[in-house]
Amino acid sequence: MRLSELSQGADAVVREVENVVDGDPIARRLRDYGFVRGEPVRLVGRGPIGADPLLVQIGFTRFALRRAEAARVIVESVP
Amino acid sequence: MIEAVVSLRLALVGNPNCGKTALFNQLTGGRQKVANYAGVTVERKEGRFSGPSGRTFQLIDLPGAYSLEAASPDEVITRDVCLGHFPGETAPDAIVCVADATNLRLHLRFVLEVRRLGRPMVLALNMMDAARKRGIEIDVAKLEEALGIPVVETVAVRRGGAAALAARLDGELPPAVVVDANSDLHAEVRALLADAVSMPRRTAEIDDALDRFFLHPVLGLGVLAVIMFLIFQAVFSWAEPLMEGIEAGVGLVGAWVGSGLASMPMLQSLVVDGIFAGVGGVLVFLPQILILFLFILALEESGYLPRAAFLLDRLMLKAGLTGRSFIPLLSSFACAIPGIMATRSIQDPRDRLTTILIAPLMTCSARLPVYALLIAAFIPDQTVAGIFNLQGIVLFSLYVAGIVSALAVAWVIKLIRRDKSEHALLMELPSYRIPHPRDIAIGLWERANIFLKRVGGIILSLTIILWFLSTFPGAPEAATEPAINYSFAGMLGRWLHVLFEPIGFNWQISIALVPGLAAREVAVSSLATVYALSGHEEGLQAIVAAQWSMATAFSLLAWYVFAPMCLSTLATVRRETNSWRQVWIMAGYLFALAYLASFLTYQITRAFGA
Ligand SMILES: Nc1nc2c(ncn2[C@@H]2O[C@H](COP(=O)(O)OP(=O)(O)OP(=O)(O)O)[C@@H](O)[C@H]2O)c(=O)[nH]1
Ligand SMILES: [Mg+2]
Repeated sequence: MRLSELSQGADAVVREVENVVDGDPIARRLRDYGFVRGEPVRLVGRGPIGADPLLVQIGFTRFALRRAEAARVIVESVP
Repeated sequence: MIEAVVSLRLALVGNPNCGKTALFNQLTGGRQKVANYAGVTVERKEGRFSGPSGRTFQLIDLPGAYSLEAASPDEVITRDVCLGHFPGETAPDAIVCVADATNLRLHLRFVLEVRRLGRPMVLALNMMDAARKRGIEIDVAKLEEALGIPVVETVAVRRGGAAALAARLDGELPPAVVVDANSDLHAEVRALLADAVSMPRRTAEIDDALDRFFLHPVLGLGVLAVIMFLIFQAVFSWAEPLMEGIEAGVGLVGAWVGSGLASMPMLQSLVVDGIFAGVGGVLVFLPQILILFLFILALEESGYLPRAAFLLDRLMLKAGLTGRSFIPLLSSFACAIPGIMATRSIQDPRDRLTTILIAPLMTCSARLPVYALLIAAFIPDQTVAGIFNLQGIVLFSLYVAGIVSALAVAWVIKLIRRDKSEHALLMELPSYRIPHPRDIAIGLWERANIFLKRVGGIILSLTIILWFLSTFPGAPEAATEPAINYSFAGMLGRWLHVLFEPIGFNWQISIALVPGLAAREVAVSSLATVYALSGHEEGLQAIVAAQWSMATAFSLLAWYVFAPMCLSTLATVRRETNSWRQVWIMAGYLFALAYLASFLTYQITRAFGA
């Protein structure tokens, strides 16, 4: 499952971040932000227009990610 | 004064928004900009401080970075300084790495990355006040041992909150630790956190609650609109009494000085018609500018601005921008120059260029005097729907006109580029903070200083030059018109008038536009001087109301929505883009839009018989 597909308020654990292109700079930045295997994430909210961008909690920090950015993050949902 | 010998060069390095600049100011007594969002500092700044032993240190404040693999122009500066690649500078002797104690999962990773550089290093655990309030416990001794570097707690926003850091830096620094360059930094951070940090909750409860409100899909947008609208209402309705006071004061002093100079008519004219009429005409706008900044400063410190960027991102994306453009564009309401500088924190070079090109369409505070003058002269001061001030509404619409045109221009740029590739947002949302009244007061004091220096410097000089050009050569013997009509300025004005007649500008406006190139406010002081020299005794507002048609006034307002005339902005664009081509594109499109908008406004208003 992708981070962009989580429902609002749902918790999950990061599996990996996919590169969309070779050496994908966005994917690399996401990993720097802490989107790495085993890290708990939560989809906290969504933007007002087209439910974009997403408000994502990783570690102790909140980031605004566009859907296409969040779609790079593969997650496993936790019950 | 003898410059003390610098014993050590230190660089402040850390994630964005961890309080590096606040620490820098605290240690050096500097006044660099501190605000609550990522990407405030975009340049290398230096200062000095002395430790308890009297040794002098040089301290370098740097832009925040998420990683030394730089992703934006500001991060490049930080990386280059750390690696010793910055032009004309060797690597710093030691690194002061700053981390936000409430945000250690993210910040410790960067600390570990910086530690790999193998330089002497100290870790400042900043925001300890906020961490304690949230019940976060950090075992500093354990952290110190695990990291192998000194760790000092700081509170950069409290007086004396960096004393311990200064004392530690003044002591002997341990040599750099050698670490494995290929280890998994995230795993190390997790181990450190498990070992030395206890955290009752991952986020602050208050932030969660505020975000539920401010980022609510419906409420959030409503609140944003209300905040923006309130600002413009306040700029008009609160400033009124203060402005009247300044106007009366300048008038009194001018009359008094003028009567003292009655025996020297030439000098009297220079002082009364040139300096007092011209400079006084700009000075009255100080209260409005300060009220605007009061709101901007409070919003910047509150942490709301990145939230506004979040709400508007999708809209801005449609127009070919990014939510990240929001803060640079908002700064451009103060002045396009810091706004254009702030674009350095935008990662995508195309987004950055588009933002730079449209930044001048945000109505800068130097244009406020022009708007305010014309609105006060032509729009009745009445209340609409019980609460709104009509003048405030018109001002708001002018700002909106600027914003809408900016979005339209960005959209056209997107079409021309035919760019379908992905641009990044990836934006951190900081904790909310209550603005400190003292910091805001200092910020306002600085703005007032900047404005007064402009008034006393460039605006005064241009006004005096204009007075000379409008006074010489004097009128011939048998002159029938006011002397100014025969002067250099009069000639120039008539010459420019040919160009500006189709958009309804009279020759006085045409002259005033020229010095307005150097500083937009001068357009107002120039009008005041030109009219004073043409023998008008009343205040500028009364003259304008009596002499201009409504069509001319509206046309000038439309002109100033685009107002391509600001040389310092163009110089900044040249520096930031390293290209004259962008400068010409910007000046060209702004001039074309200004002319077109004024032409339409003038002709349409006239067609309606105004
Ligand atoms: N409560 C608290 N707030 C702090 C402290 N230090 C800084 N702040 C606040 O944190 C925010 C960021 O401070 P800055 O000094 O601008 O941070 P910076 O690291 O220079 O940020 P960039 O230049 O964007 O990288 C501001 O709102 C400060 O008022 C602190 O010790 N305690
Ligand atoms: Mg800073």
